[in-house]
Amino acid sequence: MTLTSTMIDGTQVVSVNAERIDAAMAIQFKEDMRSQTDNGPERVILDLSEVKFIDSSGLGAIVAAMKQLGGARKLDLAGLTPVVDKVFRLTRMDTVFNLYATLEEATGGVAAET
Amino acid sequence: MEETFACSFAATELEARTGINSVVDQLRDRGLPETRIGEVQIALAEAVNNVVEHAYAGNAPGDVNIRCQLEEEKLSILIRDAGAPIPNGQLPAGEAQSLEGPLEDLPEGGFGWFLIRELTSDIHYERSEGENNLQLSFEIQMTSV
Repeated sequence: MTLTSTMIDGTQVVSVNAERIDAAMAIQFKEDMRSQTDNGPERVILDLSEVKFIDSSGLGAIVAAMKQLGGARKLDLAGLTPVVDKVFRLTRMDTVFNLYATLEEATGGVAAET
Repeated sequence: MEETFACSFAATELEARTGINSVVDQLRDRGLPETRIGEVQIALAEAVNNVVEHAYAGNAPGDVNIRCQLEEEKLSILIRDAGAPIPNGQLPAGEAQSLEGPLEDLPEGGFGWFLIRELTSDIHYERSEGENNLQLSFEIQMTSV
């Protein structure tokens, strides 16, 4: 398992314990996200602070993870490292997700940038 | 100044990760700025993933050969494989994906060529002697070591 899950003030925080979400890892990530976020609270924060690299497969897996939550719940992203941030901005996915510089900002409810 | 280095690996997802990492390590050893290394890694990973997923799709994975040439203001990466040619010999246009519409319609793929085109200064593709030769070029500014 590459994900760990904690609850902070009624929000589920899922931390990725891996340096890469790449093609070799994307399918497992998507499946692990499904089992972690099945029947949880409305808001899920994905803590990406340990992730140093993501490719388009990994990006697609995060999009899939958000879709799995359905329309009534949402997936916010926290702790984006420079390369991960770059991929989200280039693909304009930064306009689809709420991005927070740190997990603290995400749980404090202050948007880093939108 | 001109330096070349090369690596090769089997076209599987895990071997590709190792190969990409080894190129990144070499670039880091040579003092490329970290931001630029990140951008090169994104484009390189997409190109190598295409070889693994498309060129060798359905066949026993062959080899991927990567050769990097580092000059004063330019990095060229030649990716060579013996898989299927790119359809019609034409590189995909790599247009940006539309993010309009409902959540369930958001794209989960198709970003690869867009990222490659955004991050490279020049791309050259040639099919010759049963091999794909894809050259990605990047403008760089070396930090003095």
